Amino acid sequence: MKNNDKLIIGGHEFQSRFILGSGKYSMKLIEAAIRDAGAEIITLAVRRANTKDQESILDHIPEGVTLLPNTSGARNAQEAVRIARLARELGCGNFIKVEIMRDTKYLLPDNQETIKATEILAKEGFVVMPYMYPDLNAARDMVNAGAATIMPLASPIGSNKGLATREFIQILIDEIDLPIIVDAGIGRPSQACEAMEMGAAAIMANTALATAGDLPLMAAAFRQAIEAGRKAYLSGLGRVLTRGASASDPLTGFLRD
Amino acid sequence: MENQFFVDSEHLSPAALEKKHLLETDPSSRKSHMEYLPGMEVIESDVCRQVLSQMEDYDPSAYTAQDVRTALDHDTCSIEDFKALLSPAAEPFLEEMAQRARMETSKHFGNTVYLFTPLYIANYCENYCVYCGFNCYNHIRRMKLDLEQIEHEMQIIADSGMEEILLLTGESRAQSDVQYIGEACKLARKYFRLVGLEIYPVNTDEYQYLHQCGADYVTVFQETYDRDRYESLHLQGHKRVWPYRFDAQERALRGGMRGVAFSALLGLSDFRKDALASALHVYYLQRKYPHAEMSLSCPRLRPIINNDKINPLDVGETQLCQVICAYRIFLPFVGITVSSRESASFRNGIVKIAATKVSAGVSTGIGDHESKYTGKEDDAAKGDEQFEIDDDRSLDTMYRDMSGEGLQPVLNDYVYV
Repeated sequence: MKNNDKLIIGGHEFQSRFILGSGKYSMKLIEAAIRDAGAEIITLAVRRANTKDQESILDHIPEGVTLLPNTSGARNAQEAVRIARLARELGCGNFIKVEIMRDTKYLLPDNQETIKATEILAKEGFVVMPYMYPDLNAARDMVNAGAATIMPLASPIGSNKGLATREFIQILIDEIDLPIIVDAGIGRPSQACEAMEMGAAAIMANTALATAGDLPLMAAAFRQAIEAGRKAYLSGLGRVLTRGASASDPLTGFLRD
Repeated sequence: MENQFFVDSEHLSPAALEKKHLLETDPSSRKSHMEYLPGMEVIESDVCRQVLSQMEDYDPSAYTAQDVRTALDHDTCSIEDFKALLSPAAEPFLEEMAQRARMETSKHFGNTVYLFTPLYIANYCENYCVYCGFNCYNHIRRMKLDLEQIEHEMQIIADSGMEEILLLTGESRAQSDVQYIGEACKLARKYFRLVGLEIYPVNTDEYQYLHQCGADYVTVFQETYDRDRYESLHLQGHKRVWPYRFDAQERALRGGMRGVAFSALLGLSDFRKDALASALHVYYLQRKYPHAEMSLSCPRLRPIINNDKINPLDVGETQLCQVICAYRIFLPFVGITVSSRESASFRNGIVKIAATKVSAGVSTGIGDHESKYTGKEDDAAKGDEQFEIDDDRSLDTMYRDMSGEGLQPVLNDYVYV
């Protein structure tokens, strides 16, 4: 096990590799979920935080936990930029998860608009974490635009279908030098573990927890799965699990010099 | 069994009564319900044709238990599957449908429930829609709030904690013109995060104007998608023009609104066909405008002032529940609103299955929020209600009850951009 295995996003260090969503469930459960998940980052929809409600979500987030506001509700780059600025005004800090959807049915992200928003927000000093459809060219453009991480989706939001885009996420992990955080569609701890074994830097999950019978218990299960997957990745996986087969007799054994 | 809608008021003049009776009894005295009136914008769209052809082919009695079984086994619900789920054959599967609906709701909405309240700012109406309390021949206290009165009502509602408001008027351009509604939207933006509109259908440029004034959601109920039945219920006025109403949501989206809401008024016609058409209206428009947010309501007929016998006929709570579950399974991503027309016990139950939004602190009258919210009686004039509500819970009570059902009440999930 390598020591000092930290997740570094935009110069900020984190011990935990589990990013917790805060939508879709009771605020009373947030504190317990954060504790049992061991999470240090929690996402927050600006549209949800934009409230006078006596029960503001911000009051339920313990100190020391980094807020990751998202731009959900944005349909293009311009709207995402406006929502990001509003997040800053609301006191949510400099982290921003760019989410731009032009489809209300599957909530699939629009990579082109996301690249544009990433560029504008990075220049304004935000730590930009773009949520994207796992496409290598788009990911490279986001890197060049100033992204701090890349957040590819595993399968459609809320579907709990796991790593439907496995091969394409692997390409991002292999080719992009920024942390690859798998976001959306992870429905079970085992799927989170698998993504971590592949070399993902962290996992973001929300619906899988929100819809569990015992939310804090599921948060703890995810935490352990993510830690296990990370350890497996760092250990150098055995050949059964690595990609491609290796023959027991060397294929190059015939070479004489 | 039919509803008896025609009621004569002693306050009508002999000439008015004569005209009313003629409209009721002689179809040739009525204008065509399929012809646009001057000033009504016509848009090119094939959505209506698609919806109607599906609805006209639909024979609910043709579906069997096996069709329902197959529909429930599919991961993705096709139009054929949806037709089976709406059919009488699906009634014995209601509990299974509810389980499936609950799963879909929780995947898309988690454990949240949205709260809102309507604000009626005027009840003048130029139409004779025989089932509606605001109809022009119904003798009720008419009223239109001025801007000062609107602001006063808004303050009272905002003080209760509400953050989403739905502004409504009777359907009278003469009494409540677009400018007046626009000014109400501007006021509403001061007090609420989200402003929706349920007014008479307007043209694209007028929706654009209202959007600029702060409104972002438009609700238009088609009442019934059965054009012949529609003709016999909407006897006079611009609302009689069925196709102009049908295209209202599409014009609203073209005018820049973020979202649109749809509904048939269940009990007016064959509710299974109307439910099919309502959902397909959403389905086809979503394919054309994939960025738009869509929601469905599912109102049933209610008693009105001067006619307390009006009821939803064959649409019992069981049938309503079936329709709502079928909506959820077919369109897992859409919002479903259940209004205060339904009882507290029905609403408490349905939010755990499929509904994502409920109203609270509701009045369908005009200018009466102060007395209803604070109990303070004043001498100010009031306008009568559109229909009788059933669930009269305040925002505080609803918030507490929804929390008690294990749900997270959400007052706002929206940013105006």
